[in-house]
Amino acid sequence: MTRLPRWADLVLTPLISLALAFAISALVILAIGQSPWMALKTMVTGALGSSYGWGYTLYYATNFVFTGLAVAVAYHAGLFNIGGEGQAALGGLGVALVCLALPWPHWALALPAAMIGGAAFGALWALIPAWLQAKRGSHIVITTIMFNFIAAATLNYVLVNLMRPVGSMDPATARFPAGTVLPRLTDMAAAVGIEWGKATPANVSFLVALAACGLVWALIWRSRLGYEIRAFGKSERAARYAGIPPARITIVAMLISGGLAGLMAINNVMGESGRLVLNSVEGAGFIGIAVALMGRNHPLGILLAALLFGFLYQGGGELALFTAIPRELIVVIQALVILFTGALDNMVRMLIAPLFARRGTP
Amino acid sequence: MTLMTRLACGAAALALSAVAAVAEPALIFDLGGKFDKSFNEAAHTGAERWKAETGGTYKELEMQSEAQREQALRRLAETGADPIVMTGFAFGDVLNKVAPDYPDNRFVIIDMVVDQPNVQSVVFTEEQGSYLAGIAAAKASKTGTVGFIGGMDIPLIRKFQCGFAQGFKAARPDGTVLVNYTGTTPAAWNDPVKGGELARAQKSQGADVIYAAAGGTGIGVLQAAADEGILSIGVDSNQNHLHPGKVLTSMVKRVDNSVFEAFSNPDAITPGVKVMDLKSEGVTLAMDDNNKALMTDDMVKAIDEARAAIVGGTLAVHDYMTDNACPVE
Repeated sequence: MTRLPRWADLVLTPLISLALAFAISALVILAIGQSPWMALKTMVTGALGSSYGWGYTLYYATNFVFTGLAVAVAYHAGLFNIGGEGQAALGGLGVALVCLALPWPHWALALPAAMIGGAAFGALWALIPAWLQAKRGSHIVITTIMFNFIAAATLNYVLVNLMRPVGSMDPATARFPAGTVLPRLTDMAAAVGIEWGKATPANVSFLVALAACGLVWALIWRSRLGYEIRAFGKSERAARYAGIPPARITIVAMLISGGLAGLMAINNVMGESGRLVLNSVEGAGFIGIAVALMGRNHPLGILLAALLFGFLYQGGGELALFTAIPRELIVVIQALVILFTGALDNMVRMLIAPLFARRGTP
Repeated sequence: MTLMTRLACGAAALALSAVAAVAEPALIFDLGGKFDKSFNEAAHTGAERWKAETGGTYKELEMQSEAQREQALRRLAETGADPIVMTGFAFGDVLNKVAPDYPDNRFVIIDMVVDQPNVQSVVFTEEQGSYLAGIAAAKASKTGTVGFIGGMDIPLIRKFQCGFAQGFKAARPDGTVLVNYTGTTPAAWNDPVKGGELARAQKSQGADVIYAAAGGTGIGVLQAAADEGILSIGVDSNQNHLHPGKVLTSMVKRVDNSVFEAFSNPDAITPGVKVMDLKSEGVTLAMDDNNKALMTDDMVKAIDEARAAIVGGTLAVHDYMTDNACPVE
């Protein structure tokens, strides 16, 4: 097969895939008797047309950056971490425990502590499948999937029996103390005199997510450990021959991966709801897989893909909330995007490859 | 050309709906969606009945994510929808925050208490209705073992379970109640296959009457019970007709009436807690032609006595929510 030029591989292929996904979505919308143009307009204005829409888009994107990075780090080590969902759920528990443990005086103190709590719980939840893979050869895909269910059951038990205030119908913890309320991007914009994104959940965690992108880039491509992770992921036998211990790399990569997934909880648990609810992750762990695939496991690509999925979530939400298009169709659109950008990636590449071959570009 | 026409039509439709939106009532469904065959669907039924009887229109929203709750409430309040009815306890926290910002709107929340001057909280005494279901099960059971199948293990469903167990034990102190929950994720509300499996498992342990409080999962429970030749008890809506002669009764929770009342007479919405109990027929056991033959005189007598005692105040059914504990197993 012809090798595509780098720009075509990184930019053109995803764009064509996206266009195809939207074209088929448009046909589906036509088939149920709605106007695709109106639908697209609602989605774009709802998600990107106002600072309000951006506030939600960035909130969702923050979740997906964390889970996308989590999948990417494991992927570089040749491990497929499907347990982001459970690791993020347990991360939420860690954040909740930290936030409720002390009467925090200020968010600047609470945030680092909550980050440690969330990352530690997420990492520990990933440790068991990692250990089983490294020492016992139990396949990480199977164990991490199963750990999602164990995480859901654990969280259910903890919330219903241990952390729920007596008399409350909602299986959720009490509200976190006022000192843990993270500044919203709205407040930060207001501090510099800009009115931006009123009453939206995007908060300072977005900046943490950006920092995490930078750190993951430095880790994977600029550190000794990152080199070992990549070498191990490319060829386990070569890595072993070079003196890289496979068990250690498997466990360390999964700990970082789980920690990143757990970090997501500072956004949805601490930043948005201010308490831990049963359904806090809402599939972001699984979306992270699509985000990492689409972003080619590179932090910059993941950031862009996370923004795209943030747009799909918020725009789709607007569509389902305020038009006659049923909410199930939003899932169809999201699925088509995942299908084309993830699974059918090679199909698009094969289609455009002849164009470049004929021109004689390398 | 066609595109332009469609655009114009769309814009016109949008403008029309914006005009009609003034003082329309609104209904917000929880994550289960409006066709969950259970709680949300009951609310939908009530709203549709109001629509059919009055010819009015209402706005409806279905949630897809936790972060949307506040968004949806604020948007509806800002478009002037009134009253705004929402189903499910999960709105409580958000409504508590949003309601003070819109003092001119009236809100009704079902299944949760929110203490704000413009909010009416409608709560149902599920334990009382379930108590009567427990008595019916005790009288109908030949083996002395009955089953309870819940959706997710959350406090609301334990409230059903506890009331059912109390009623059963009151009529049959030596009997056994088997308890199973379907799952730990929201999928547990819509898993009829697993519901059927649990019903078969309970039958193999001797249960011959099974009470399902599990949303869409309950459909599978009722089906399996009918297939296996044992009795079942439906929940939320009257499900007696699903398998005539095989569903003993249904513990009906009149969410539809609450929505209907709020829509028909918004001026009667008073702030505070509105308790829908046996007395106000907010909860009751469904009696119709489908289960007439199953209801023996003895059974009807026992149920009526218990109902009178509960309504009269001489019998207090313990509410699981008050102390997170149930006096009987």
